[in-house]
Amino acid sequence: MTAVGATVKEPGSSVKNKTGSWRTFKPVLDKDKCIDCENCFLFCPEGCITKENEIDYDYCKGCGICAEECPVKAIKMERG
Amino acid sequence: MKVITANRAIAEAVKLSKPKVVPVYPITPQTTISEYLATFVANGDLPAEYIRVESEHSAISAAVGASGTGVRVFTATSSQGLALMHEILFAAAGLRNPIVMGNANRALSAPLSIWNDQQDSISQRDTGWMQFFAESAQEALDLVLQAYKISENENVLLPSMVCVDGYYLTHTVEPVDIPTQEEVDEFLPPYRPKHAYLDPKDPMSLGTFTDPNYYMEARYDMEVAMEGAKNIIRTVNKEFEEKFGRKYDLVENYMCDDAEIILVAMGSICGTIKAVIDNMRKEGHKIGLLRVIAFRPFPKEDIYSTVKNADRIAVLDKNISFGIGGVLFNEIKAKMDVDARGFILGLGGRDVSNDDIRNIIKITKESTESDKINWIGLKEEEV
Amino acid sequence: MEIPEQEFLAAGHRGCAGCGATIGARLALKMLGENTVAVSATGCLEVITTPYPETSWKVPWIHVAFENSAAVASGVERALKSQGKDDVNVVVFAGDGGTADIGLQSLSGAMERGHRIIYICYDNEAYMNTGVQRSGATPYGASTTTSPHGKESFGEDKPKKNIPMIMAAHGVPYVATASISYPEDFMKKVKKAAEMEGPAYIHLHQPCTTGWGYDPSKTIEMGRLAVDTGAWILYEIVDGEFKVTYRPLQRKPVNEYLNAQKRFKHLADEEKEKIQNYVNQVCAELKI
Repeated sequence: MTAVGATVKEPGSSVKNKTGSWRTFKPVLDKDKCIDCENCFLFCPEGCITKENEIDYDYCKGCGICAEECPVKAIKMERG
Repeated sequence: MKVITANRAIAEAVKLSKPKVVPVYPITPQTTISEYLATFVANGDLPAEYIRVESEHSAISAAVGASGTGVRVFTATSSQGLALMHEILFAAAGLRNPIVMGNANRALSAPLSIWNDQQDSISQRDTGWMQFFAESAQEALDLVLQAYKISENENVLLPSMVCVDGYYLTHTVEPVDIPTQEEVDEFLPPYRPKHAYLDPKDPMSLGTFTDPNYYMEARYDMEVAMEGAKNIIRTVNKEFEEKFGRKYDLVENYMCDDAEIILVAMGSICGTIKAVIDNMRKEGHKIGLLRVIAFRPFPKEDIYSTVKNADRIAVLDKNISFGIGGVLFNEIKAKMDVDARGFILGLGGRDVSNDDIRNIIKITKESTESDKINWIGLKEEEV
Repeated sequence: MEIPEQEFLAAGHRGCAGCGATIGARLALKMLGENTVAVSATGCLEVITTPYPETSWKVPWIHVAFENSAAVASGVERALKSQGKDDVNVVVFAGDGGTADIGLQSLSGAMERGHRIIYICYDNEAYMNTGVQRSGATPYGASTTTSPHGKESFGEDKPKKNIPMIMAAHGVPYVATASISYPEDFMKKVKKAAEMEGPAYIHLHQPCTTGWGYDPSKTIEMGRLAVDTGAWILYEIVDGEFKVTYRPLQRKPVNEYLNAQKRFKHLADEEKEKIQNYVNQVCAELKI
């Protein structure tokens, strides 16, 4: 049944939709190179990289912005 | 008892209903409603946020936003303004916002006319709004109070339009009994929605995007709510009668029980019709009037049970759906097996006289053409 | 500047890989926090974040139509005020079509009335949700599906409508431009906007991989190029006081920005020069 007025009462429920399946290339972080600049965290369209630079592959669509914006090239795009 | 116009009566009812937000844009002949409400707010008599919007489109949009936060809202408009609101009327109903709106019935352009007919609200019949047509200033006041209670019922949650004929009601003074605040407070409890509200403590998303898996059920629910509203209206009418002593129903039966000819009409014209019936009854003619108060939901059962024993009925429309005729006539024809004649009259403020009503009755008795669209008061020499 | 970790726009939304709109919404919501009600105009962001029965929004959110988000926000703001909830931020996210074109009247009315709302126009310079049709915010020379280039056309033949300045003419306390590629600048502006007593307008430049024609990984790079070439200027107007908030050390030739995008690929040198001249003129006035 559709809720009255098609209201959604479960905030943030789009997490049920795991967009990681869209991905062709995935970002892999070399933590030794990382300088914690937070660029990847800031610029991720999915909000799926934490401040601790953990990438949630359940949602990463593989756009590659994080790799592109990493000032020390610590993120490489790899197949998968 | 105060001697006031229907516009004033609506404004008094709004004050008594205590809406929190009133976004409104003036338009003839609704304007005095927006002025009275502005004055009430300015004087501290109505503790509401009055939003001086830049159009009717924004009036209804702000009303939807405000209602979405879970407060009672009022707005009012007329004619072109209602037409400009059209898109958002669907949204208000679909979002299940129990907004109440006053509509001063006026013709639509072109050609431009500021005078009365009912084309404006009739043309919004598919938007999911309930529509109640008042016959008098007293009814305008009473229907606003009841409309809130009906709309806010959690089994209904559809917006309401209270329609008053432009000038005939909006600018004509009549004696009106204005209930006390205490009485209204007892009748109309505060609005506390459960289905949807915007509150950071309980975040929800309103007005979402539905794919073909979900849209139809949402529309079906609205149809169920609209049909179910008939019983809620009856219940609220009863509660209102107990509290205030004035009787309402989906339709009014005026001398229909033994009538051979029954006229069916809505709004202020019914006053004229009743006067003609009173005279004709004295002359021995069995004529009755079925006044439709609730146009949406459409009270087909109530209409049928009242008119089914008449020889013939006459349906009077102050509107026209070009190519098929009056909307009320066609809806009645579609929903019940009755011998009916359809009449178009009063468009753009064309006066309807007692003689016109007598003529309608005559045509109804004599006419053999059930499909003919009969125009009353048309200047034949000018067409 | 300390940037909150908490996300108010959840993952799982249906935005394209490399979507710039969601970056803008994420960053703005971080600054506004949980005590916020969001209003969306119909558009990309609205459609991708609320596919019933799911929503990406973790703050209360409402969408009504395309052209009326500022009016809806007006109603929300006053209704919250009527309940004593004056401290709640009311933020609008509307695209350039919903702002510069169909929503301009509603926006103008809301700005003039002085509602305490933060209106963020996420400007991707065309109707992206419906497949890249031109809007009033489409820049000169851009090829869109309704301003296509061809034998008789070099694409959009009118310059971008200057909405921030139209907003400034309303005399509202805060107007700013921003870019998703300069997140600190943008977020500072959102914070400032939220502190205003009256309406605040932020025009957020937001590259779109699908509509502009570049690799999804280049979304941020594209926004940066716009600013570094002077094609997009970052400024704010606080109580009528105009200030450029970021000046590129050395302005790059606008061709670097144009040549990186498919929508400008067709342009002849002559048009590109016109664009460069226009940019030079604007930047000269602002000493950029």
